[in-house]
Amino acid sequence: MKGRFIDGLLSACAALALWQAVVWLTGVPSFILPGPADVLTALINNRALIAENAGTTIIEVLIGLVLGAAIGGATALHLMISPMARRLLLPLMVFSQAIPIFALAPILTLWLGYGIASKIAVTVLMIFFPVVSTFYDGLRRTDPGLLDLARTMGATPTSTLLRLRLPAALPAFGSGLRLAAVYAPIGAVVGEWVGASKGLGYLMLLANGRAKVDLMFAALFVLAAFTVLLHAVTSVAARRMASWSKETDESGSA
Amino acid sequence: MHEAPPGLLLQGDFHHAGQPLFRDIHLGIEAGRWTCLVGPSGVGKSTLLRLIAGLDTGGEFSGSVAAGDEKPIAARVAYMAQTDLLAPWLDVYENVVLGARLRGETPDRARAERLIARVGLVPHRHKRPASLSGGMRQRAALARMLMEDRPIALLDEPFAALDARTRSEMQELAHETLEGRTVVLVTHDPAEAVRLADRIIIVSAAGLSHYDGLEGHPLRAADAPETLAMQSDLLRRLRGLPQ
Ligand SMILES: Nc1ncnc2c1ncn2[C@@H]1O[C@H](COP(=O)(O)OP(=O)(O)OP(=O)(O)O)[C@@H](O)[C@H]1O
Ligand SMILES: [Mg+2]
Repeated sequence: MKGRFIDGLLSACAALALWQAVVWLTGVPSFILPGPADVLTALINNRALIAENAGTTIIEVLIGLVLGAAIGGATALHLMISPMARRLLLPLMVFSQAIPIFALAPILTLWLGYGIASKIAVTVLMIFFPVVSTFYDGLRRTDPGLLDLARTMGATPTSTLLRLRLPAALPAFGSGLRLAAVYAPIGAVVGEWVGASKGLGYLMLLANGRAKVDLMFAALFVLAAFTVLLHAVTSVAARRMASWSKETDESGSA
Repeated sequence: MHEAPPGLLLQGDFHHAGQPLFRDIHLGIEAGRWTCLVGPSGVGKSTLLRLIAGLDTGGEFSGSVAAGDEKPIAARVAYMAQTDLLAPWLDVYENVVLGARLRGETPDRARAERLIARVGLVPHRHKRPASLSGGMRQRAALARMLMEDRPIALLDEPFAALDARTRSEMQELAHETLEGRTVVLVTHDPAEAVRLADRIIIVSAAGLSHYDGLEGHPLRAADAPETLAMQSDLLRRLRGLPQ
């Protein structure tokens, strides 16, 4: 864990050095590609503006993540108990993946307005599929021997689902959540690009339009840092949730 | 155990995707005794056990499985397989009371503690399976089986994955704790069959045959000359050699 943190820090430093080197060597003007120092200055100078917009995006992402995980989790459980749901929902879910989220965002904004509701909806849609498919997969892969044993013990279908399949699928659910933590900020920003008056996505678009590339980079940096943090926190939570599983230890940062 | 263990009778034909596995078979299991099924891999021993337990076999069975007392079997069966089938997220105690939890009953705590003590796992009752040895895990599985308190015990090579010494200890523990129940044990190991069985049935592609060379009563001493003689005799029979 600590080693991974140091590795991450080192690779971040290397990327920064490379970035600065490109800026020096090519001599591009800072309104095309600002160097790390320019971005840091922009970050400090605009800290109130960035913080305010970041707050909006973070709220959208967190609400979207919780809602998406809950709806996705409930859907996977429902798929598991209802053959009807499997027949109707599974093809629909695969089909829905064929529609780019960028195409749906304007419609959601039209329906739900320019506030955070439409961004939360995009975020939920973005993470719904990875959550459902990983969790459903985990639910289906319960050790058949354990299910046989439950049958001989006279288990009820509900308790088999809740006491065997569900806990056995928690490591898979955890991987779904880790994926969702990376996708959720993308969803929120896409929602903001389509139409918003607040948020990091909105700020990036605004800065770009006014040729404030350094501010755009600063906002981007904050977004990326938040995503990394969210992923780390989700990973820890996922590992806690299924601490018995070796799987979660090994793929801890996947 | 509240009720007398029943004898069992399985008769009929079994097919896997049209391929017959056994035809017109007739497997009688004596009440309250250890019956061992021995035979080559793939001959259908696990399938027989699963048919008795009422579990899915992936094939078509036409015939009947009946208890001597004509009451249903499935609810009176406890099952143990080669892998311990412990839930990896539950500790020893919770695994032992899993059956009650799955039926939505309140587990009998005192009884569970007694059985955990009986299989020697008291110091490990809060550990999860991953931090137990293979032998400890099989002991936990045995405690869970005893917790179910069913008159019929179906054991599918439960000790096959253990080292020789642990296996021998488990055989003794199982013999002692399953006393008086109707036990069907599938095993590859002639030594195990000879040690534990009241009756040995050889399963082969041609059908079932009763091994008649068994003398004395279980638990037979593993190193006694008579036991070793029976063991090599059984091995010869299994390999189809003249006696
Ligand atoms: N789902 C299935 N479909 C088709 N054939 C199957 C299926 N399951 C098992 N078989 C076949 O049925 C036969 C009997 O299998 P079974 O597991 O009962 O054998 P076994 O005697 O217990 O073997 P082992 O000693 O290796 O455990 C095997 O030849 C196997 O290939
Ligand atoms: Mg088998």
